[in-house]
Formats: sequence, C-alpha cells, structure tokens
Amino acid sequence: MKFLPIVWASLTRRKVRTLFTLLSVLFAFVVFGYLGAIRQAFRVGVDVSGADRMLVIHKVSLIQPLPISYGDRIASVPGVKAVTHANWFGGIYQDPKNFFGQMAVDTDTYLNLYPELVLSPAQKAAWLADRTGAIVGKTTAERFGWKVGDRIPIQATIYRRKDGAKTWEFTLDGIYTGKEKGNDTSNMFFHYDYLKEASVNLRDNVGWYIIRIADPKTTTQMATKIDSLFANSPAETKTSTEQAFAQGFADQVGDIGTIIGGVVSAVFFTLLLVAGNTMAQSVRERTSELAVLKTLGFTDRRILVLVLTESLLLAIVGGGLGLLLAWTAVTVLGDPTHQFLPVFFLPGRDIVLGVVFVLLLGLVTGIIPAYQAMRLKIVDALRRL
Amino acid sequence: MGKWWQQTTAVTLLNLRMLKERKGSSIAASFGIAGVVSVFVAILSIGVGFSRTMANSGAPDTAIILRSGSDSEMMSGLRHDDTRVIADAPGIKRSPEGGPIASAELYVIVDLPKRSTGTAANVPLRGVQPAAFEVREKVKIIAGRAFAPGKNEILAGKGATAQYSGLDLGSTLRWGENTWTVVGIFSAEGTLADSELWCDAAVLQPAYRRGDTFQSVHAKLTSPAAFTAFKDTLTTDPRLDVKVVRESDFYAQQSQAISSIVTFLGGFIAILMAIGATFGALNTMYTAVASRKREIATLRALGFSAGPVVVSVLVESLALATAGGLVGAFLAYVVFNGYRASTINFQSFSQVGFTFAVTPPLVVGGMFIALFMGFLGGLFPAIRAARQPVVTALREL
Repeated sequence: MKFLPIVWASLTRRKVRTLFTLLSVLFAFVVFGYLGAIRQAFRVGVDVSGADRMLVIHKVSLIQPLPISYGDRIASVPGVKAVTHANWFGGIYQDPKNFFGQMAVDTDTYLNLYPELVLSPAQKAAWLADRTGAIVGKTTAERFGWKVGDRIPIQATIYRRKDGAKTWEFTLDGIYTGKEKGNDTSNMFFHYDYLKEASVNLRDNVGWYIIRIADPKTTTQMATKIDSLFANSPAETKTSTEQAFAQGFADQVGDIGTIIGGVVSAVFFTLLLVAGNTMAQSVRERTSELAVLKTLGFTDRRILVLVLTESLLLAIVGGGLGLLLAWTAVTVLGDPTHQFLPVFFLPGRDIVLGVVFVLLLGLVTGIIPAYQAMRLKIVDALRRL
Repeated sequence: MGKWWQQTTAVTLLNLRMLKERKGSSIAASFGIAGVVSVFVAILSIGVGFSRTMANSGAPDTAIILRSGSDSEMMSGLRHDDTRVIADAPGIKRSPEGGPIASAELYVIVDLPKRSTGTAANVPLRGVQPAAFEVREKVKIIAGRAFAPGKNEILAGKGATAQYSGLDLGSTLRWGENTWTVVGIFSAEGTLADSELWCDAAVLQPAYRRGDTFQSVHAKLTSPAAFTAFKDTLTTDPRLDVKVVRESDFYAQQSQAISSIVTFLGGFIAILMAIGATFGALNTMYTAVASRKREIATLRALGFSAGPVVVSVLVESLALATAGGLVGAFLAYVVFNGYRASTINFQSFSQVGFTFAVTPPLVVGGMFIALFMGFLGGLFPAIRAARQPVVTALREL
C-alpha cells in the first residue's frame, strides 16, 4: 500500500468536492439507517413472537369477548402446556394523545407465558401481592417519568366502576424491560381480578387467550383442535400463532409502512446515484494524470486498483460514518415521533445490508472510470492535454 | 443600474445556454432535488389524504352522543331509554314527517379478507336506524336496495367493496351464528362511511348479544350554532351521563394520531435527504464554476462587475432546483394523487379507506424546499466565482 499517498493526493486534490461527496454519501446512509428502524417499528411483534405461543380470539373479531370458562377447556386439550388470558382496557392517561396499551391479565400465568418481560423478583412479588397494582414497560415509564410507587390514574373508556368513579387508580409496582431489543415495552399490565371486582360490565368475559403448546411444529393441528371445541357455540374461536396474529396486525396498519419504505428507498438510491456520479466524474477529470502515471510505468492493473481504492475509500468513510451516525441517533435520540412507535431500534440485518450497499457504491462508482483508465492509451490521453 | 441589469442578463443567459455542456452533473443534481421533493410531497400526501377523509366525514351541524368518558363509538354504550331521551332533546332537526333526525347506532367490527393481501382486516359493521340516511346526507345507494327492517341484510360502502373481498352484491357472509346477504352498495363521497358496512340496528343487537343497548346517537341539528345549547341540555340532564361532540371535531381528533406520525416521519426524512442532496447540488455548482473559471475571469477583465457573476451562478442553480422540484412534485402527483390505501384507525380499531391527496400547499412546500436547496447550493460557489482574482485565473490560460 505504498501508493496510498497517491490515493490521498487525488482525494485532497479538490478538498471541498471530496468533503461534499463524503457528506452526501453520509446523509444518504443516515436516511438508510432511519428507514431500517422505521420499517422495524411498523413490523413490531412479527419478528420477536414466541414460536410456541398461540392466540385464541373470538372468530368474528378481536373485540368480541370470550367466556372465562373457556380457559379450563382449552387447558385440557392435549398438547397445551399453559393458558393465560388478557383484556384490553383501553383507558386514557390524562389525554387521548398519551396512548399506550393497558391490559388486565391473569398476573401469574401471564408472566410465565411471556418470559421476555423481565421484572425483578422483588417487584414481581410486590405486584402479585398488590390487588390494585400494575406494572409498566420501560418505554412508557420513561415517557411519563413514572417511578415505582407512583399512583397512576387512568380514565376508563370501556369498563365502568361499581363505585361510579370514572378513574381507575393503579399503584406502579414494577417496571419491566424487554429481553430483546424488539420486545414491546410500552404496555401496562394489571390484575384481572381487580377489573372483575370493580367493574360493572365485565360479565366474566376475557378478551383473548394466550396458550403455549408443547410442540411448535403442531400449530395447525392445535388450532383445529381448539377451534373445534367451540364450533357451533355462541362464541366460536379462531386460534392462530402469535406471529400470524402480529403479521395480520402489521398488515392492517398496512400500506402506510410499505409506501413510506418504498418511497424512501427510491430516494436513497437517487442520492447514491448523485454522489456516485460526482465520484466517477472526479476520476474522469484526471484522465491525463492517470496517463502520466502510466507513462511512468504503472501497470494497467495497478491503475485499476488505484482508482477503485479511491472510490471504495470514499464510500466506506462516508457510508460507514453515516451508518454509525444513524445507529447512534436511533439509539440515543430514539423515536423521532416521540410517542407513536412502540419500538425503535436499528436491526442488525439492516446494518449488514447497509455495509453491503456501502461496498457496492464504492465498487460501482469506481469500476467504470477505473476500467476506462486502465484501457487508456497513453498517447491519446496525453494528446488531450 | 441599467448597465448592471444588462450585464446580469447577458451572463445569466450565457450560463443557462451552457448548461447542456455539463449535462451529466446538472441532471444528477436536479435528480437529487427531484427525489427529495417527491419524498416530501408523497409522504405528506398520505397524512393530508387521511385527514381529509376524516374531515369530510364530519359535518358541523351533526352531533355524536357517546357515553361520557368514551373516546370512540367502540368503547361507548347507551341504554335504549337514553337514546329516546336524546332523540327528544330540543335542537335536533325534524324530518318533513315530523320525527327527529337522529339515529341510535351500534358499532362492531368483523373480519373480512383484504383483496390486496388476502389477510384478515377489521371492517366496521354499523347497525343503524332509518334516520341514519338523513343524518348522513352524503350516503346514496348506488346499486341494489336498502336493507329491509328486521332482516339479516347488509349495505356495503363503495370503498369497502373495493378493499375487501366477499362484498359483491348478492353474496352471503357468515359471522358467528348469523348469515348475512349483501343487498346494496352505497357511496358516501369518500367519507368514512365508505369503508363501513351498514345493517339494521335491531338485527345487530341480538346477533352481537347487545340486549337493548346502543353505542352512539348521531343527530342532525337545526343549525351548526344550535350545538352548544344542545350539548348543554344533554350534559345537564340528570337522566343521562353522556358526552356530546360535534361530528367534525370528533373525526378531526381521531385523525390526529395517524396524521402526526406520517407528517413527522415524512418531514424528518425529507430534511435528512435535503441535507444530503444539497451537498450534491453544491458539488455540481462548484464544478460548474471551476470549469468556467476562465470565462468568468475574461468577463471580469472585459469590465463585468462581480454582482452579475454572483447572480448568474445563483440563477443557474435555482433553475436546476426548479426543474428538479417540478419533476419531483409531478412524479409524486402522478404516482400518488388519488392512490387508494387503507390503514387501521387506532381509536375505533377498524379499517379506514382513504386516498392520498397531493394538494397545492404540499407542492408549494416541496418547491420551497427545492429552491432553498438550490439557493444554498449556488450561493457559496457564486461567491467563490466572484472573489476569484482575475489575473491568476487568466494566467492559467
């Protein structure tokens, strides 16, 4: 690499241009990084769902409740290892804009089914012992600055209280974190028993059941077995894997995520094209200098390597810094919408993809001028001077 | 002053005529700007389209009455007696036959496969009373007929039939223990009702085990101004515990979440891209100025002053930006204006069909970004061109 000084000299030949090219590549990759994080946010739940977990919901739609008596019948199906249930509470904290999920759950069994919700043993014990207690994920706790021990008033929308009060108060007993980065830590959970005791309109119903099955390969058979239990009853069920359910939900949010993704990708490539064009042009401008190098005895291959090194270097420095900046910004600053995206991080596979694009950019922008430079006839090139 | 203008026009025209000499880099710079503008316009058109659908759905002279504390119809609940008291309240418009134009309604969601993906979507099914058609003047039956009272018959919104399969006229649907027949299609001029299915409320009550309850009352008022008095009457009535919202406010509030997420993301990404593309434009203009060093020096030697040179470079850069901006806005308009999409409305937990709307303010905003980028991209190179010492530049000849 004794020719690095030559590469360096060509890059610093027009410092301003090199700097601007570098910066435009850099910003293109910052955009790429954010795109990855946004796409991930729209796919929340799909990638991290447990393979052995299935959801049992009312066949007509998720909003229709199921009788609590189904729990025991589902548990008795061979192949079902554990059953728990949840109810959507749908309350409002201060303002409807402060949306986050609240679920009334069967506390003990729920945590067993969701080992990715990490709660310290002390906090867990406190919660289990506290009838009006709740736990909340790190994201939401940080969003509202809640501490363990706080009283959290939630205005009811679906469930009315027997005592006529419109607000349900919960004591925050614990703040859970996610085992993996993709785990949704925005939800709040509280005791189903509390809801049952204090509400007038629950009527022994649950929103949905979550089951763990013994063999993840038997999801289809298990779904048929469970659904046939309740066939032709007033509340027929639909059992699906948690992943299929999450995918279904992502599809419902649907087109918006896909379209944002598509449009932004198109522009990412446009930006690369613009930067690439400048990079290629700066080599073309130096045709005569390359001819001089050839006159001095540089081989065709060496010229090729020289030009390619230059473009790769530019792409790697610009793109690498861009990806790094995107990663830092996504990790440190977090969700640019501040409230709407439940998870926000740059997934590893997008970083890998980004690195591939960086290398491709370097190769593609370098290869044409490099090839032209290699094929250069010294006489022609020098004549142009 | 006249001379200054003459000089400026002469140099600017010269520059613009020479644009084709540097086709490659000029097109590339315009391209970058076009990309940024198209992203800006396209993404924001999603938010605008969604808000527009929601806004069109609400009339200022229509009130929605929900149980107090409820945020959406889905979460609300009203007893039959409540709905009678509400319908009798003063301020509600009367039909020519004399009855109040108020419809007590039920709102549930049912699963139907999306045509595009085949996956299940939450489609709203609304049980209505006969006055519903008078409350919502935009609803018109365009095929088939209205549902017969007491029968399991469905009227499907035009948007719903386009988005979900199984809603063709005459087809039957099975949800739970009940079988329904699609007997008509209605159009609601692109409002929310377009993505809904309607049936008789009296049929939906037993089908969904709702007893004799409803979820909301939609009422047409005598005038938009009658709202405040109407609201006060109901909220102070000791028999009721309700919330009264103007329909237009109700939907505007529901569209807030999606609009702001899209606007925020769109704006944020457009800014990042604009920065990237501005560097591209800067490069192009620096190259342009550098390649014309000698011409500029010659002009200066001939007595042209620095001003016209600066202006000419700026004009050239702005011209490139304008071209790029127009192309970008045009692309976004052609591809996305009127594009039909649907998404989930988190408040009602059901699908909303809407069309993207590329509006003049969006295009103007996009062009503004383009011109700003062009200005930044041209300013520094222009100053450099003007500052260049004439003698050194000419000596390089």
